[in-house]
Amino acid sequence: MTASAWEPVIGLEVHVQLGTASKAFSGSSTRFGAEPNSLTDPTVLGLPGSLPVFNRQALEHALLLGLATRCRIRRESRFARKHYFYPDLPKGYQISQYDEPLCEGGAIELSVGGAQHSVRLTRIHLEEDAGKSIHQPGATSLLDLNRAGVPLCEVVSEPDIRSAEEAAEYMRALHQLVRYLGISDGDMEKGQLRCDANVSVRPRGQSALGTRTELKNINSFRFVQKAIEHEIARQIRVLESGGRIVQETRLWDADAGLSRSMRSKEEAEDYRYFPDPDLPVLVVDDELFEAMRQRLPELPMARYRRYVDAWGLAADDARVLTGERSLSDFFDAAVAAYGDAAGAKPLANWIQSELLRELNRDVRAVDACPIAPAQLAALVRLVDQGAVSGKIAKQVFGEMYRTGAAPEAIIEREGLTQISDEAALEGIARSVIEANPGQAAGYRSGKTKLIGFFVGQVMKQTGGQANPQLVNQVLERLLAG
Amino acid sequence: MAALLNREEVEEIALLARLALTDDEIERLRGDLAAILAYMDTLQDVDTTGVAPMTHAVPMHLRLRADEVDASLPAEQVVTSAPAYVDTYFEVPKIIDTATGE
Amino acid sequence: MPAPIQLSAVEQARQIKARRLSARALTEAHLARIEAIDARIGAFLRVDAAGALARADAIDAAIARGEDPGPLAGVPIALKDILVTQGLETTAGSRILAGWVPPYDGTAVARLRAAGAIVLGKLNLDEFAMGSSNENSAFGPCRNPWDLTRVPGGSSGGSAAAVVSFQCAAALGTDTGGSIRQPAAFCGIVGVKPTYGRVSRYGVIAFASSLDQVGPMARTVEDAALLLEIIAGRDPHDATSIDAPVPAYRDAVTSQASVRGLTIGLPDEYFAGGADPEVLAAVEEAVRVYQRLGAEIVRVSLPHTAHALPTYYLLAPAEASSNLARYDGVRYGQRQAQPGTSLLDMYRETRGAGFGTEVKRRIMLGTFALRSGYYDAYYAKAQKVRALIHRDFERAFERVDLLLSPTTPTAAFALGEKTQNPLDMYRGDIFTLGCNLAGLPGMNVPCGFTGAGLPVGMQLLARPLDEVTMLRAAAAYEREAGTLDERGVPVRQPPGLPAPAEVSL
Repeated sequence: MTASAWEPVIGLEVHVQLGTASKAFSGSSTRFGAEPNSLTDPTVLGLPGSLPVFNRQALEHALLLGLATRCRIRRESRFARKHYFYPDLPKGYQISQYDEPLCEGGAIELSVGGAQHSVRLTRIHLEEDAGKSIHQPGATSLLDLNRAGVPLCEVVSEPDIRSAEEAAEYMRALHQLVRYLGISDGDMEKGQLRCDANVSVRPRGQSALGTRTELKNINSFRFVQKAIEHEIARQIRVLESGGRIVQETRLWDADAGLSRSMRSKEEAEDYRYFPDPDLPVLVVDDELFEAMRQRLPELPMARYRRYVDAWGLAADDARVLTGERSLSDFFDAAVAAYGDAAGAKPLANWIQSELLRELNRDVRAVDACPIAPAQLAALVRLVDQGAVSGKIAKQVFGEMYRTGAAPEAIIEREGLTQISDEAALEGIARSVIEANPGQAAGYRSGKTKLIGFFVGQVMKQTGGQANPQLVNQVLERLLAG
Repeated sequence: MAALLNREEVEEIALLARLALTDDEIERLRGDLAAILAYMDTLQDVDTTGVAPMTHAVPMHLRLRADEVDASLPAEQVVTSAPAYVDTYFEVPKIIDTATGE
Repeated sequence: MPAPIQLSAVEQARQIKARRLSARALTEAHLARIEAIDARIGAFLRVDAAGALARADAIDAAIARGEDPGPLAGVPIALKDILVTQGLETTAGSRILAGWVPPYDGTAVARLRAAGAIVLGKLNLDEFAMGSSNENSAFGPCRNPWDLTRVPGGSSGGSAAAVVSFQCAAALGTDTGGSIRQPAAFCGIVGVKPTYGRVSRYGVIAFASSLDQVGPMARTVEDAALLLEIIAGRDPHDATSIDAPVPAYRDAVTSQASVRGLTIGLPDEYFAGGADPEVLAAVEEAVRVYQRLGAEIVRVSLPHTAHALPTYYLLAPAEASSNLARYDGVRYGQRQAQPGTSLLDMYRETRGAGFGTEVKRRIMLGTFALRSGYYDAYYAKAQKVRALIHRDFERAFERVDLLLSPTTPTAAFALGEKTQNPLDMYRGDIFTLGCNLAGLPGMNVPCGFTGAGLPVGMQLLARPLDEVTMLRAAAAYEREAGTLDERGVPVRQPPGLPAPAEVSL
C-alpha cells in the first residue's frame, strides 16, 4: 500500500505552564533557573503536615484559556489526587483533576495550507507540575524540586488531527494563543509548553481507529512534525510487513532522529483517583466568569480576518502582524492614531519592512519599541501630505528609533522638509541644466533615460529633500521647452 | 465481592503501595484484609439511591490565595534533611526508564 | 495544699500572672514529675528540657518587665507527636520518621506558643494516629496511670496519660475516629474534638484528611475551653479551615453554665446493649444529673449507626494510603538502601521496614479500596453512606440541642488483650466514629468509675460549630458532680503513682 492509502489519526496532550509568580498550591516562587531546591516550602516538598492552598491567578489563566477556546466552563469543579510513585513527585500523588475538570469541549482554530480547520478539545484541566530528575552516569540520579508545584493546564485534543504538519500547526496556534492571553510564554525549550502525541494509522476510509502509541519527549516545534512523521512512517512499515502495533509509550530521541519504546518496570498504572479532601469544591461564580470574559482580548484569527477583510491586507502581511499580540496591538493603535483605515496598508509596510528589522536586530520586544504607535502614524501622515519624501522619511524613522522623538520635531530640527515649492525647484533645475549642456543635448536628441541624471543632480543640490515627482515634472518641462 | 483474596492479589496491592512484605506478613494480611473486606460488604445492603457522596463534613467552597511569592526554605537546609544528597540536589538510586531501540 | 502541677492550667496561668509562681519553677516541677514517673508510664517520646526552661525564663523576664505574654503564659503543655514542631524531632510514632526535625511549626502549635505556653515535649501515640490503645507506637506502649497493666487508649494515649498523671497542665491530641475522646475516657480527663475545620490541620501529620481534627485534652472543662479558644479559627494555610468567628469559649463555660431548658437526646442505637453494664450505669447516672439540672431528656434514633464502622474503616484507610504515599525515604525520614538497591526496592524496603503492622494493614486496605474497578463499590459507596449518617445527625438535631452517650463500650482493657484481632479493636470505636464522619464537635466528660477503679466517660455531641453548648453542658455537669475541688484539682487521682512533690508557691 502506498503511504496515502493510510490515514494518520493524531491527538495531542499539551501541558501549558501557567505564568504565575508563585506556585499552584503554595507561595514559593516559580522563577526559572534558580539554584536547585531553592524554591521549595513544606507544601512543595510534601513535608508531613503540609497542606495545599490554590492560587487564584492560576484559575484565572485557565479560565481565559477555556473561554478563548469556547469550552464549557464547569462552575463547580474538583481537584483529584493521581497516585504514582516517582522521585520527582514529592507527595506520591499529583494534585490534578479527573472526572470534574474545569473545561470541556471547545476547539482550537488553525489554518493549514490556507484552509481553515478546527481541532476539537476534549478537556482542559488544572494540575501541578512535578520536579525534575537529572539523569547522569553512575548508580544514582539527582532531583531538583524547583519545578514541583508550578501550575499547569493540560489541554487534551480529540484525535482530529490528520497529519504531522497539522500537529505542528496546532502547537503553533496554541503557542500563539497562550501568549496572546498572557497566561504563559509558551517557550517549548524551557518546558513551558510540552507535547505528548497519541498517534495511530488506519486504512483510508476505515472508521475504526488503529492501535495508538504515545510519543513523549518532544521538546521543540521542529520535532513535533519530525517525530510524528517518523512515528506514522514506522507504524505503516510495521503494518505493511504484517506486524501489529503495540500500545506503548515511545520516547523521541532528537539526536538519533528516532523513537524508542519505553519499557517501564510496573504494569499499567492504576492512578487510584479520588477527590482531594484537602481542597473543597472549586467554584467559578458569575462575577469571576464575567470578569474573565471581559478580560479576553480579540483573538488572532479574528484579527487576521479583520485585517484581510476590513483593511484589505494581503494574507501573509496579516499573518505576520497577528503573530504576536503586542505587534497586533501596536498596529491597531497606529491605525487608530492615523484615523482612517486607508492607513493600514502603509503602516503595515512600515512595520514589516522598517520596524521589525530594527527590533529584530536589537533583539527587542515590541513592548520595548522606542517609537510609539501614534508617532509612526504621524510619520505616515507626513509622507501623505508631501512634507517629506518617502526616502527622507526612512531617515526620519531611523532618528525616531534612535531618540524616541516625534517625526515633526526631527524634520524641523534637521531641516528635512521636502521641497515642493515649484518655483524654487525650477531655479535649481535650470542651473543644473545649464551646467550640463552635453547631457541636455543628449536628452533632447532622444536619450530620455538621462532624465535620471538630472533628477539625481537636483536631489544632490537639495540634499535629497526635493519632491522627486515634482523635480521630474519640472525637468521634463524645462528640457522639452 | 472480593471477600476471598488470593496471594497474587495481595502481592499486587503491596506493589502498588510499594510495601516489601515477608511471606508471613503476606499470609497474615491476606486473612486480615479478607475478614475486614467481608465486614465492609455490609455496606452493600444500604440503599444509597440518589444520595450524593459526602466529600466534606461541612460544606464549603475552595478559598483561593493571591499570587504572592513567600519566602522559600533555604536549599541547603532542605537537602541536608534528606537521607542522601549531592550539592543541593536530592540523590536517589538511578531512575531507569529503560528504552529499547526500534 | 495541692502541688502546683495539680492545679488546672487556668489556675497555673493565674498564679504565674500574679507572680506567686515563676514559670521556671513550674516548668522545673513538671520536668521533675516526668523524671519521677514517666519511665513507668511511657507517655513522653521526648522531653525538651532545655527548650522549655529557656522559654520559661523568657516568660518570667517578660512578666518582670510588665508585659502580658498571653493567656497561657508559663503554662507547661505537651503535644501529641503527630503535631509538627519546629526544631523538635517529630515522628508520628513511626520508625519511618525517626530523627526528622521539622523546619516549621504547625498552626495550632504556633498559636499555643504565641499564647505563652511552654512546650515540654512530644507525647506517645499509635503510629500515624492509627489505633485505639497506643500499642501501635514504634517506640513502646504507653500505660494507663490508673492501672499500669492497661492501655491508656489511643491514638492520643500519651496525651491522656500525661495530663491525668500531672506531667503536663494540658495537651493537644488529634481525633480521627475517637482518638481524643476514647483515651480521655479511659484516663478520666476532658477531651474535645472540635467541629471539622474549626481548628487548622496545617502541621498535623495527616492520617485521614476529611476526618482529622486537633483538640485539647485537659483535666477541666475550663482548661479545654481556653485551649480551644486559642487554637481555633481560620488559617490561610488550610483550605478546609472554616471562616467563622471563634466564640469566647472560656467565658461561655465560666459564666453560670446551665443546662436548664436544653434538650438532650439519647440515641437508641448507642444504648442498645453495646456497652458494659458498669459503663452504662455511670452514664445513666450522668443523665439523671442532667435531669436534676433542668435539661429535658428525649430518645432519638440514628438509624445508620451500625454502618459507621465499615464506612469509617473504608474511608479512613483509603485517605491514609494516599497521605502516607509521601513516606518514601527520598526527601526526609529514614531510607533503607544498601548500595546497589534499585529505586523500586528502595521504596519497597523503606516503607516495608519503616511502617508498623497496623499502618501496613490500613495502607493495603486503602489501596485496595481505591483501585479502579473497586472504587465505586467501596470508596464511593462509603462516601454515600457517610452522607446518610450525616443526615441522621441533622435530623436528630432538629429535635435536640445535644446528644449524650457512653464514649466507649468498655473501660480501659488490658495491654495485649485486643492486639491479635484488628476487628475487635476497631469495634471499640463504635460510639465515637459517627461524630467524625458527620464532622460534628464531640467531647468526653469523665462521669464515674468502674468497681475496679477505672474511669468511665460520657460523650456529648453538638451541632456543627456549636462547641459552646457542649462545653457549657460539660461544665454544668462537672460542677454538679463535684469532680473537681475549688482549685480545679480532680478529686479522685490515679492511685498507684507517687504524690506530686510539694512546692512552695
